Amino acid sequence: MCLAIPGRIIEIDSQNVLQAVVDVVGVRRKVDLGLLQDAPPVPGDWVLIHVGFAMSKISEADAADQMQTLMTLGEAQAAMEEVRGYGLDDDEEGRQPGQGLVQ
Amino acid sequence: MKFVDEFRGPELIRKANEEIRRLANPNRHYRIMEVCGGHTHAIYRFGLKDLLPENVELIHGPGCPVCVLPMGRIDDGLTLAARPDFIFAAFGDMMRVPGTHGSPLEYKARGMDVRIVYSPADALKLARNNPEKHVMFFAIGFETTAPSTALTLVRAKVEGLHNFSVFCNHVTIIPAIRAILDSPDMRLDGFVGPGHVSTVIGCRPYEWIAKDAGKPVVVSGFEPLDILQSVVMLLRQLEKGESKVENQYKRVVPWEGNNAALRAMAETFELRPYFEWRGLGFISQSALKIRSSYAQWDSEQRFTVPGVRVTDPKAAQCGEVLKGVLKPAQCKLFARECTPEQPVGALMVSSEGSCAAYYNYEHRKPVTITRAAAN
Repeated sequence: MCLAIPGRIIEIDSQNVLQAVVDVVGVRRKVDLGLLQDAPPVPGDWVLIHVGFAMSKISEADAADQMQTLMTLGEAQAAMEEVRGYGLDDDEEGRQPGQGLVQ
Repeated sequence: MKFVDEFRGPELIRKANEEIRRLANPNRHYRIMEVCGGHTHAIYRFGLKDLLPENVELIHGPGCPVCVLPMGRIDDGLTLAARPDFIFAAFGDMMRVPGTHGSPLEYKARGMDVRIVYSPADALKLARNNPEKHVMFFAIGFETTAPSTALTLVRAKVEGLHNFSVFCNHVTIIPAIRAILDSPDMRLDGFVGPGHVSTVIGCRPYEWIAKDAGKPVVVSGFEPLDILQSVVMLLRQLEKGESKVENQYKRVVPWEGNNAALRAMAETFELRPYFEWRGLGFISQSALKIRSSYAQWDSEQRFTVPGVRVTDPKAAQCGEVLKGVLKPAQCKLFARECTPEQPVGALMVSSEGSCAAYYNYEHRKPVTITRAAAN
C-alpha cells in the first residue's frame, strides 16, 4: 500500500509537462508529476513514486537505499509489478487498454 | 541503479543499538508505537524486535489502510458495483479482503467485472477506454494515497469524463492517533511517526501530540538504521523529560509537507463528520469525503449506498490487535482459521498488517512465539 518506488526522470512529455517517463531499474513507464508542480523535477532527477504519482525528489544514494529496502522487505517484485502495471500510457510496447492488469 | 550489498552503515546500526541500551533505563518499560504499517512490516522483517532490549517494546499502530477499513464499506462498494454496467477497480491490496459474501476476487470469480489497478489514474483510463461502462474506483489509504486520488478527480472533472466515480475510503492519521491516546487501555511513551504520510502532511500536524499529550514523536524512514535512530531520538527525549516533534527522515520529508498535494486534497475533499474504523470504532473528522463540487465523480453522492454495518467475525480479535492490546498470536484464530492464504480478518491480508507480518516473520520461530504468548 505504502510502497514508495524510486525512479529516475528520463524525459518530460512535451505536450503535457505534468507527465514524465521514469526509469525504474530498467523498466520505463509514465508517471504523473502533478504533486511536484511547485518544484518540478527535470530529467536526471530521482523521485519516489507512489501509485503512479511522483511524491518527492530524492538523491541518487537515497534511491539506491530505497530500492535495497524494498528488496530486503521482499517488496521489490511487487514494486516492479506495480511499475509495469502503470497503464498511464496507451502506446507503449503495443499495450492494449487493460492489458497488464492482473486478471 | 547500483545496488548496495548491505544496508547503510552496519557499524552505525551497532552503534545505534548500543546507544539504545545505554539510554534505556532498566527500571522503566518503554512502550513506543510505530504508527505506520510500513514500519510494522520492516520491524518484523529485519528482526528489530529481537535487537531491542526487553524493556523497549514496539506497539503496532493503526497505519494499515486495508486493516482499518470496516467490512461494511467493502460490502457497500461491492453491492454498488454489482450492477451489470459497472467495473470495480481497486488496488491489489484490496482484492483478498473479505466482505460478508466474499472478497472482490471472489466476486470476480462469480462474474463481476473486477480489475486491479496500480494507480487511480489507471482507473480513470479504464473509464476512458470503456465509455459504455461505469468505472468505480474503490479508494483506500491515508494521506500518502489521497493526493493521487484528488488529482485524478481533478483530471476527471477537467476532462468531463462522466462514467467514472470514486468510492472514497480515505482516512487521516491524526484523529486515529488522538483516538488511541484517548483510549483508557492504552499507555504509550512516544511515537515513531509515519514516513510517507509525512511527505504530504509534513511534521507540524504532530505538534499537539508533543505539546498537549506530552508524547515525543520522531518521523522515521524505513531502513533498519532509520528505525533504530528514531528509537534513539525518542529515548533521548524521554530521558531528558522532553516531548517534541523531530524529523529523522529529513532526506525525504520536508517539515512543511507537500503543498501541491495538500492543495489537491483541499480542492476535492472535506472532512466527514465521523467515520468507522475497524477496532477503533467511530472517530470524528477522521476520514475524507468528496466535496459537492465533485458530486458527479463521487459514488456515494451519485448512487444510493446501502450503508451496511457489519460486526467482525466474533472469534476474530482484529480490534484488540489493531489497538495493540493483544499480540497477533494471542488471537484465537491466528494461524489456525486465519492465515495469509485464507484470511478471516484484514490484518492477515496486507503485508503491512501486523498479523501477516507476524505470521510471515515470527510465526516460524518457536522461541519468539513462546515469549510473545507469555507476555
